Amino acid sequence: MSEEKKGALGFTQDTPIERFLNGLIVENPTLVLMIGMCPTLAVTTSAINGVTMGLATTFVLALSNAVISLLRKVIPDTVRIPAFIVVIASFVTLVQLVMQAYVPVMYQALGVYIPLIVVNCIIFGRAEAYASKHNVVPSFFDGIGMGLGFTCAITVIGLFREFIGGGTMFDVQVFGEGSVVPGPVGYFFSQYQPIRIFIQQAGAFIVLAVLIAIMNQVKFNLEKKGKDTSKFGVGGCCSDVEIKDPKKVKEELLAKEKAEAKAEVVKPIEAKADVVKPSDIKVPEKEPVVVGNVSEPQIKEVIVPGEEDKK
Amino acid sequence: MSDMMKVSSNPHVRSGVTTSNIMMWVVIALLPAAGFGIYNFGIDALIILLISVFSTVATEFCYEKIMNKKITIGDFSAVVTGLLLGMNLPCTAPWWLPIVGGVFAILVVKMLFGGLGQNFMNPALAARCFLLISFPALMTNFATDTYTSPTPLAALKAGEEVTVIDMIIGKIPGTIGETSMIAIVIGACILIMLGIIDLKIPGTYIASFVLFVIIFGGHGLNGTYISAQLAGGGLMLGAFFMATDYVTSPITTKGKYIYGVFLGVLTGIFRVFGASAEGVSYAIIIGNLIVPLIEKYTIPRAFGIRPVEKKEEKKA
Repeated sequence: MSEEKKGALGFTQDTPIERFLNGLIVENPTLVLMIGMCPTLAVTTSAINGVTMGLATTFVLALSNAVISLLRKVIPDTVRIPAFIVVIASFVTLVQLVMQAYVPVMYQALGVYIPLIVVNCIIFGRAEAYASKHNVVPSFFDGIGMGLGFTCAITVIGLFREFIGGGTMFDVQVFGEGSVVPGPVGYFFSQYQPIRIFIQQAGAFIVLAVLIAIMNQVKFNLEKKGKDTSKFGVGGCCSDVEIKDPKKVKEELLAKEKAEAKAEVVKPIEAKADVVKPSDIKVPEKEPVVVGNVSEPQIKEVIVPGEEDKK
Repeated sequence: MSDMMKVSSNPHVRSGVTTSNIMMWVVIALLPAAGFGIYNFGIDALIILLISVFSTVATEFCYEKIMNKKITIGDFSAVVTGLLLGMNLPCTAPWWLPIVGGVFAILVVKMLFGGLGQNFMNPALAARCFLLISFPALMTNFATDTYTSPTPLAALKAGEEVTVIDMIIGKIPGTIGETSMIAIVIGACILIMLGIIDLKIPGTYIASFVLFVIIFGGHGLNGTYISAQLAGGGLMLGAFFMATDYVTSPITTKGKYIYGVFLGVLTGIFRVFGASAEGVSYAIIIGNLIVPLIEKYTIPRAFGIRPVEKKEEKKA
C-alpha cells in the first residue's frame, strides 16, 4: 500500500484513525456492508441487548484481528479458516465466561448468540479481508472501528424496537402503562399502546430496512452535493480491488460504443454478412432439394429466444 | 384541426374500464356488507369504517404530496383498502386502531413499494395482520352490548353448538364486514356480473377449503360444521374481495387455480390445526408472497414457439 492512497473521509489509508472511521461510518458492517445480520435481527429487542452484544463482538473482533494479523505469516493459506476459528473461538470463550460470571442477566438474555459470535461473518470477513493482509496496529483499529460501527447500528435498532414495541428506553418505561414521567404529561404518555410487532421478528426487519433507507438517503444527498462517495460500501470483502470512478467507467463505455459504431459505418457490408451467415442456408447443389430441410433452420431461428431462456 | 386528424400511437380504441371505475364498483359491491355491519353493530361500526377510509386516503395524499409525486387518491384504491381494513376490525376497536392500520397499509405496504400495482401484499390484510400481532387483545374483542358469545368459529373450536341460519344472515359477532354471508355474496354477484372478478380464484379457494375440512376437519360430512366453517368467519369476504385483488393474485388462468387451492389448503390448515380459530388473513398474505413464483411457472406458451420437450426430442 502506498502512502499516497487516501482512504475513508480523506484520511491516509491504513492509519488507525482511518480504519476506525471506516468501520464506524464508511463501511459500517450492518448498515452499509449488511453483514452480521443474524445477531442484528435476533438480539436487538432492546437497546441494552444491542450495547452488550456490540461490545462483546467489538472485543472479540479487535483482539482476534490483532492476533490473526500477528500470525498472518505463520498460518498456511490452505488451513487459514480453521486457524481463524481457533483464534476467534478462544476470545469468544473468554467473553462468554466473563459475562457468565459478572453479568449473568445479560448472559441469559443473549443466550445462544454469544457463542454464535464465533461464526459472526463480520469477524470472519475482517479476518479474511483485512487482518490477514495488514499490520497489527491498523488491524486492531479496524476491529475496533467495525465493532463500534456494529454496536452503534444494533443499539439504534434496539432503541427503536424497544421504544415503539414496549414504550421503554434502556429499560426505563417512558411511554405506556407505568410511565416514569410524572404529572399530566405522564398520564398522557401512559395512554400509549405499545405496537408489539416491533419487539417481534418482523419489527426487526422493518426497523433495519428504514435505517438502511436513511443511510442510503444520506449517501445520496452527499452525492448530490458533489462529494466523492465511491468508497462507501464497496470495500468490505474486496477492499484491495481497485475501485474505478463510475463516471470514468461510463465515459470509457461510451467511447467504446462510439468506436464500435464508427467501425460499423466503415464496414457495413461485412457486418451484415456476419449476421446472416450465408453458409447456413446454402443448399448443396447436387442433393435433391426438400422443402422441409430448407425451412428447418429457419424455424430453429424462431425458437432461439426460448432456447436462451432455458439456458 | 379536428381530433380525427391527429396521429397517435396505438391503442386507438379504448374501453371505458379504468382503475378508478373498477375500484368504484368494488366500493359499491362492498357497501351491502359494510351496511349490514353498521346495522348489526351500530354507530361504532360506522365510525370505525369512516376513520379507516379517511386515514388510508389521507396517508396516500400526504405521502405523495411530501414526496412530490402524482396524487393518485382519485383512483379509489385507497378507499377500497380503507374500507376493507375497517371491515376487518371489530367494532369495539379504539379510534386510533384504524389509523395505525391505515398508515401501515398505505405507507409501508403500498407506497414504499411503489404505489398501486407494486404492492407485494394486499395492504388491507397486511395491516390487519400487523394489528393482530401488535394488539391481539383489542383485535379479538368481539363482545358488544348485543353479543356476548364468542364468534361462531371460536365456539366451534371449543366444541359448542352454533346456529347456521344466523351466520348466513349475519346476526353473529365478528369483525364489521365479515358476518353476513348474504350481503357479501350480493356484492360478489355485482362484481362477477360486471366481469370485474371471476369465479376462478374464489371458486377453487372455497371448494378446496371445503374438501380439506371434510377430510381433516374431524367431523366428516357434517353439514352444520361445514357451513359454519364457510359462513362463520372471514372466508367469504376474503375469498371474494381480497384473494381476487388484481395486484396480488396471479394473472394466468392456471396460476389462479393453483393460487385458489393453495389458499384453501392453507386456510384449512390454520383453522383446523392452528391455535387460532381464524386463518383467512394469514393464508391470503402468505398466498400473496408466492404469487410471483406461481406466475413464473404458469406462463402460457406464446404462439409460434414450440414446447420445450418437443425440441429436446428433435435434438436427440
